[in-house]
Amino acid sequence: MLTWLASARTGGLLALAAALAALPLALVNNYYYEVAILVGLNAIVCVGLNLLIGYAGQISLGHAGFFGIGAYGSAILAARYGWPPLAALAAAAGAAALLAFAVGRPILRLKGHYLAMATLGFGIIVSIVIATEDRMTGGPDGMSVPPLALFGYAVSGERTWYWLVSALLVAAVWLALNLIESPRGRALRALHGSEVAAEAIGIDSARHKLGAFVMSAVYAAAAGALTAHYAGFITPSKVSFQHSIELVTMVVFGGMASTFGAVIGAAILTTLPQLLTAFREYEMLVFGAVMMLTMIFMPRGFVPTLRKALASKN
Amino acid sequence: MLLRTEKLSKRFGGVDAVKAVDLEIESGAVFSIIGPNGAGKTTLLNLLTGIYRPSAGRIVLEGRELNGAAPYHFAAAGIGRTFQTPQIFLNMSALENVMAGRYLHEPCGLWTALLRLPGLARAERACRDEAARLLAFVGLEEWAGTPAEGMPYGALKRLELARALASQPKLLLLDEPAAGLNPIETLEIDRLIQRLSARGVTVVLVEHNMKLVMGVSQRVLVLDYGRKIAVGDPETISRDARVIEAYLGAAA
Amino acid sequence: MSAQLTQYLLSGLTVGAIYALVALGFSMIYNASHVINFAQGEFVMIGGMATVWFIGMGLPLPLAALAAIGAATLVGLLLEKLAVEPARNAPVVTLIIITIGASILLRGIASVIWEKKIHALPAFSGEQPIVLGSATLTPQSLWVIGVAAAVVAALWWFFNRTLAGKAMLATSHNRLAAELAGIGVRRVLLVSFGLSAALGALAGILIAPITFTSWDVGVMLGLKGFAAAILGGLGSGPGAVAGGLALGMIESLGAGYVSSAYKDVIAFLIMLAVLMFRPSGLLGRRTAERV
Repeated sequence: MLTWLASARTGGLLALAAALAALPLALVNNYYYEVAILVGLNAIVCVGLNLLIGYAGQISLGHAGFFGIGAYGSAILAARYGWPPLAALAAAAGAAALLAFAVGRPILRLKGHYLAMATLGFGIIVSIVIATEDRMTGGPDGMSVPPLALFGYAVSGERTWYWLVSALLVAAVWLALNLIESPRGRALRALHGSEVAAEAIGIDSARHKLGAFVMSAVYAAAAGALTAHYAGFITPSKVSFQHSIELVTMVVFGGMASTFGAVIGAAILTTLPQLLTAFREYEMLVFGAVMMLTMIFMPRGFVPTLRKALASKN
Repeated sequence: MLLRTEKLSKRFGGVDAVKAVDLEIESGAVFSIIGPNGAGKTTLLNLLTGIYRPSAGRIVLEGRELNGAAPYHFAAAGIGRTFQTPQIFLNMSALENVMAGRYLHEPCGLWTALLRLPGLARAERACRDEAARLLAFVGLEEWAGTPAEGMPYGALKRLELARALASQPKLLLLDEPAAGLNPIETLEIDRLIQRLSARGVTVVLVEHNMKLVMGVSQRVLVLDYGRKIAVGDPETISRDARVIEAYLGAAA
Repeated sequence: MSAQLTQYLLSGLTVGAIYALVALGFSMIYNASHVINFAQGEFVMIGGMATVWFIGMGLPLPLAALAAIGAATLVGLLLEKLAVEPARNAPVVTLIIITIGASILLRGIASVIWEKKIHALPAFSGEQPIVLGSATLTPQSLWVIGVAAAVVAALWWFFNRTLAGKAMLATSHNRLAAELAGIGVRRVLLVSFGLSAALGALAGILIAPITFTSWDVGVMLGLKGFAAAILGGLGSGPGAVAGGLALGMIESLGAGYVSSAYKDVIAFLIMLAVLMFRPSGLLGRRTAERV
């Protein structure tokens, strides 16, 4: 029993759950709750994206596109077609999965910079389509989104959303950890380690890369849909190249190939701009500088660098 | 007859790296492929594992045609290999590397993985045990938990062998297993190959180290400029005039 | 040829010339360092914005433009020295984030110094349209096409006829061999960044009288410059020019005949299509990997 508790995985999950349960003590007003909810939603995307970037060793500069498909898909189905929000969310996530499957097959044959550009192109195309089809999406001004309803009850209020998002985050992390520690997870890490050797032991690298891509798209879309229903409003800024970059930075900053690192990366880089609102003017400047400095001096990411520093102190 | 090729060829631009090679490998044999540098040995190996698509010719494994298949198909058909420069998964430990090698024997459904359905834990334990056994077979049991990136070169070569064995291949292709090893390590490789052969694994060896080749093989194929110039048992080959000429050049 | 078609082609050629200059910058840096410089668009922005700034300080246009190009070149050199060089051996993802971070940083600085207003640069030689058969052309368009052509010719001469240029090409083909041959590879890297920045800035100055300039004008131009570089073949100089011109014209024709709302999508659809079906682009080298 004790070894089970002490394993990195269960220990980590319990620590996460405990931290999420205890956090409300520090959340003194609705604004703090808002930030916490935002962190949670970003963290869900990052956990999925980390499967693709950190474990499968691929890259995507267009994940805001999937986020947007989830957000707008759910918003449009719920607001314009009167679908129950939960069904809309599921359908939007499904659409994102299908699109990821269709687009992923040809572009995952690419590597490195070329893959980065292809995903970038994809993300931008999605964002332009969303901004231009204004009759459906409300265009650059955005559209309003009906609140989420679970079994007839509207989910509203900061505190309810906080618990919902926290539960979903723990579930998202649990699923990701399960995958990573399974033979499928090993296959992903193998193809990251050496694609040619992975094939030599029977791993269909194309299929596994696609699987990671689709799964990360579903995570992003689900988080997108939740964000839309939470905020009651969605604009194309959440589908932008800028947002894609923010997501990748959170994953890389937190430490690739570390699920908890992705959560921490999301936490730090979501709250950082909030702390900088006093310096609204300099926000972009500081964010850019932070991105550059951390990548230059901590290329492995925050969590692994911290771990190494602590280990060398002993 | 385990593996057979017919007029196997590979062309790169204007160069025939491998030209019309016919070979036949008997099950259980140790078969070596030798030849001067640039003779096309690694290209041939890459053809036999699906990394290169043949420009012409056929590859038949136990009656099954494999030309044009993806590399993982070759692996699934029972062909395993090691690489000239070890392609180790440096992002994992030694044990995990070998566990990864068990992929073909560890079918794992997506939902089984995601939800940790019962049976998975047991399968993982079995996988871990088998991997540990293979590490012991190649003499690396004390490195099990070590991150692969911290291991010395000679150990990495043996690790790659353990990983290749994990997939229980019918045919194991070793690309210069003795390259970069000192005489003691080379002797260990020699012994390992003999033990493998004794267990019924068919081994195909690409090697420069003639002592190793002649000592361990039953049959030797000689390549020069992509063509097969001789095939036979080690004794005959070492005395073949064409082979000597290929390595040392024609008499002046 | 119908007047409308000619008009579209001419305006496509103009913007295509700009894309060509930006794409050349990308290819040069990619060749030297195998890094995709996501901050390329910001050099374009600096060109236009700094020129406006210097003019505001009282400098005549030619001097202001020169000063702006100088400023951009300096930024390019600093970028290479402070950001790219230290992270030379980092994985692709990390390098991408560094240059993206640089672009965000530069935009942040621009938004602080110059605020978020749109600025106009006066046309170099007036606004009187020139009639060319059935189409009209603004003098500025002629400047864009003319200067771009001259620059491309000068670069061709530099890379093919001078020792320094050939040294840079050699480095892009095989860095180790170039180093062993005594070529200062680090200097090649610096020069590539500086030259790319200058090219980008020039493009920004040329186009500013037509499309105006602002702190974030570099984002789309940079991204479309990529698309052009990829279309032509990443790393190929002639490819960058061909890709830029082709992209400009396809975009113009698409906007005119198909849908002007989706004009921006065209570049990215082309980029995606090229990457999916012919990643080496129109003129790029097709490399074979050795295992």
